[in-house]
This record gives sequence, C-alpha cells and structure tokens, in this order.
Amino acid sequence: MATFRQNSFFQGTSETVIKTGLFFATLVAAFVVIVIFGFICYFALPIFHEEQISTVLSWSWKPVQGQFGIIPMAIGSICLGATSMCLAFPVGLGVCCCASGLAPKWFSSLILLVVRLMTSVPTVVYGFVSVFLLVPMVRGAFHHGTGFSWLAASITLSALVLPTVVLLIHTQFEQIDPGIRLTAAALGFKRVSQIVWVLIPASYQALFAAGILGFGRAVGDTIISLMLAGNAPQIPDSLLDSIRTLTAHIALVVSTEAGSSSYNSLFASGIILFGMSAAVNGTLRFIRLGARVSRDFNK
Amino acid sequence: MTKFIETAATFLSYACAILTVTTFVIFVGFLVSHGLTTINLSLFFGDVSPYDALFGNAPVWDGIWPAVVGTALLVFFSCILAVPLGISAGIFLAEYTVSRPIRSIIDFAIDLLAGMPSIIMGLFGFAMVLFLRKTFLPEANTCLLLSSVCIAFLVLPYLIRTTQTALVALPAAVRLTGIGLGFTKWQNILHVLIPLSSRGIMSGVILSIGRAAEDTAVILLTGVVANSGLPGAITDKFEALPFTIYYLAAEYRTPEELNRGFGAALVLLILTGTLFQAANWLHNRISGESR
Repeated sequence: MATFRQNSFFQGTSETVIKTGLFFATLVAAFVVIVIFGFICYFALPIFHEEQISTVLSWSWKPVQGQFGIIPMAIGSICLGATSMCLAFPVGLGVCCCASGLAPKWFSSLILLVVRLMTSVPTVVYGFVSVFLLVPMVRGAFHHGTGFSWLAASITLSALVLPTVVLLIHTQFEQIDPGIRLTAAALGFKRVSQIVWVLIPASYQALFAAGILGFGRAVGDTIISLMLAGNAPQIPDSLLDSIRTLTAHIALVVSTEAGSSSYNSLFASGIILFGMSAAVNGTLRFIRLGARVSRDFNK
Repeated sequence: MTKFIETAATFLSYACAILTVTTFVIFVGFLVSHGLTTINLSLFFGDVSPYDALFGNAPVWDGIWPAVVGTALLVFFSCILAVPLGISAGIFLAEYTVSRPIRSIIDFAIDLLAGMPSIIMGLFGFAMVLFLRKTFLPEANTCLLLSSVCIAFLVLPYLIRTTQTALVALPAAVRLTGIGLGFTKWQNILHVLIPLSSRGIMSGVILSIGRAAEDTAVILLTGVVANSGLPGAITDKFEALPFTIYYLAAEYRTPEELNRGFGAALVLLILTGTLFQAANWLHNRISGESR
C-alpha cells in the first residue's frame, strides 16, 4: 500500500512536470514569431531617427549616390503579387469547377493529382526550369529586353500559388456540395448550373480567402522573383520590364555585402513584409470568424 | 444569356484544367529530358571515385555530393531542433487547456509564423549574426548551425499543426477508454493517443523534412556558399542542393555545369516529390480511417 501511495504521489508530480514542460514548449514556439519581430524592429530602429525615414521611403535606389529608397521594391512586390493572382485565381477556380463535377470522374482525379504533385515542386526548381524554358520564350515572342521580366516571373509565380488556391476552394466545395447537390438537382438544375449559380456564390468566403492567401504566398516568395524578374529597382512601365521585389531586394542586399549603410533599407523591407504577412493572416482570421458566425446564424 | 454564361463557364473550366495539366507535363518533361541523362555517378562525385568521396578521402569539386551532404546535415540538425519542440507543442495544444486569451494569442502567433515569408526567417538569422557581433561574440558569422535554427523555425508550425490535427481527429471512444481503465492523462496520451496518431505525426515530420530540403531563401541569407566542400564543423559554411541549382542557373560557365544544374534540379524534384507524396499518403490514410 505504501508503495502504491508513493507511486501515485510521483505520478501526480510527473503529470504536473510534463504539463509544464509541454506548455513551455508551446510558449517557446509562440515566442519565436515575437522574437523575430523584435529583432527586425530593433535593427530597423535607426530608420526612425533623424531624416533617415525620408531616405528609405523615397523613390530611388542608387546606393552609390546615397539614395536608399525602397518604394520601387514595395510597388514591385504588389504588382507581381497582383498579376500572379490575376492568372492563378481564375485558372484555380476553373480547375475547381472541373474537379467538382463538370468533368468526368477520371479527368477530375487527374487534375487533382497534378495539383497535388505541383505542391511538391521546390520553388528553386520552378525558377531553374523557367530560366531555360520560359524566359527564352518570352524573349522570342516579344523581341523586347532579355526576357527576365515581370511577365516571366508572374507566370511562374502563378504556377507556384495555384495549388494553394485550388486546394482551399476545392475543400470548401467538397464541404458544402453534398447539401446543395440534392436540392439543386431536385429543382432541375444541371451540374453546370448548380456550380455557376449555387456552389460558387455560396462559397464566396472561401474564394476571398483563397485570393488573400495566394496573394500572401506570391508576395512572400523570394527565389522566383530573384531568378526571373530581372531585379532592376524601377517602377515598371510594361509587363516586359524588369522589376525588383522586396524579398529579392533583401536577398540582393545581403549577398552583395553593400555595406551597413544599406542595412536600413534591408530591415525596412523586412518590416513591410512582416506587416503584409500579418495583415494577410489577420484578414484570414477575420474571414474565418465571419464564416463561423454566418454558419451559426443559418442554423 | 444564362445558357451562354453556362456554356462559357464549362468551356473556360475545361480550358483552365487542360492548361494546368499541359503546363505541368511540359515542365516535368523539359526537366526530365534535360536532366535524366545527366543522372549518374559523375553528377554526384565528379572525377573522384565514390569510395573516396563517401569516406572523405578526396574532396569533390565538380559534383553535387557536397551539396547533397550539406542538405542532409541541414535537414538533420533542423529536425533535431524542431521535431521535439513541435510535437510537444502540438500535444499540448490538442490535449491540454489554458485560459482563453492565452490560447488565442498562442494560436495567432503560430498562424503568423506559418504564414511568414521564408526570407524573413533568413533576415532574422542575419540580424542575429549582426547582434552577436555587436555584443558578446565578435567573430560570429553565418554558418550551418544558424541555417539549421532558422529552418527549424520555418518548419515548426507544420509540425505543431499536423500533430495537433492528428490527435484531435481521434474518436472520443479511444480517448475515454484509457482514462476509464485508470490511466492518468499523460499515460493515456503516451501509450494510447500518440501511438494511434503516429501516422499523422509522421506525415508532419516528413513534410517538414521536405520543406527543410527545398527552401532556398533562408539559407541564402544564413551561410550557404557555392564552393565550400563538406563542412568540417557545425560553425562552417556549407553547400546545399537548392542553392547549387539557384547558383548554376545564373553562373554556369560550361555546358557541363549547366547539365549539372539540370541533374541537381531533377534530383531535388524527385526527393521532395517522394517526401511530399509520402506525407500525403500517410495523411490520407488517417483521415480515411477516422471516417
């Protein structure tokens, strides 16, 4: 009996120890993002002194002449993200429609298999293949510049974010389809009418979420814009112009060792990217909350 | 009008699906047609005999062997750091409760980490080196250890969420049987719940290995270089497969180097493809069972 009591005493203690340990691990994981934010802010601090902020938030990047503006890169990031989504979103939606019953069974499983395989392609492999396949095609087709352009980067980037868009929308379709299919079929809707007039309008929140998430992914990617967009720090005039994104800018400044005077722009870019990703995350959270509320309301 | 919209929708959907499949087939076909013939022993070891390379008797300069080893070491060290932490946090989030505000802060922080662009992790590593140089380690430099830490942060949210999902998906009957038989909470988790959700947890680990092997942006800022050979210590610079591919795309000088780039790209694609499909398969098996 005594040993039993002792055991249960030890058990009680070890239960608490284990719970504390696990909680500690969770806290560490949650703190990582705060530490990252803290570090980047700490190093970005000098920007807010003196007239530095106007140097960084200016329109021209000429480090030799002491101009360290990152606005062209911020605009480049947004432009590239937007055009990639303009391509990836409609194609993704079309793929989802096909996979949800427009196409015969074998074809929809084939598309979903391809999309799933696409998730496993490393970004650098997309970049590498595009450098030798897409860039010469762009150069040949338009006879303008080197082919390393906004257009080439957009096309490749849209291939990268397509699986994100498709899998999110497809999951939503699968969830609400069983409830809709029978009712709509009973009303005499063909499959295509069900999808166009019922399924898509009913999942507008997921469509919105897919757009936001895909945009976040596209803006956050480094390697494709670094390899394909040409990296000229300028406001682009046409799709065939070279642009530089914030992510590529960070990689370039670090790898060329431009000296500590350009580090301000480095961490300013970091803060902007962090802010963008936080905004995407917050919006998604908000949508999910809205979805939950409306679902509860419908019940 | 309605009829027109529906016809157009059908037509466009098919067009999108066919475009996606064709693009993917052309992409893979191009890579395979250029890369397949280059995959042989000399792609990996160059002129050095495999025996000498494997036992470190001779350095490999014109093969991707150092990059393969570098990537393997990177994956190994980052998993050592991330796997215990991620699985513990996943178990806690699935099985234990904390007060609501703390819980939502933790959830938000982990989601934020999951959505963070990988270059931010790299920038964090770079900032850490600058910080260490300023404070108590003036000779600090980017290295394999730093890359591993940053990659560990990158894969941490995947590990946490897959572990959590795998545990939460277990049916209530399973959860209550152990407790009913007198197990304590932790005994039940350790001897019943974790073994039953091991497939899901494994899929998270494999997914993390794949992510760690493919990421380029993080290591670009934290210590990868083009021609360092094998790292002698954890504080050395190293080579890695994704960086080799990136580097060769821009800096190749001879057709042989270009071929090596294609070979390396195909090797990496096969590696991550296998890992991700394995993770997918494991994941589908658990969701199939719980239904």
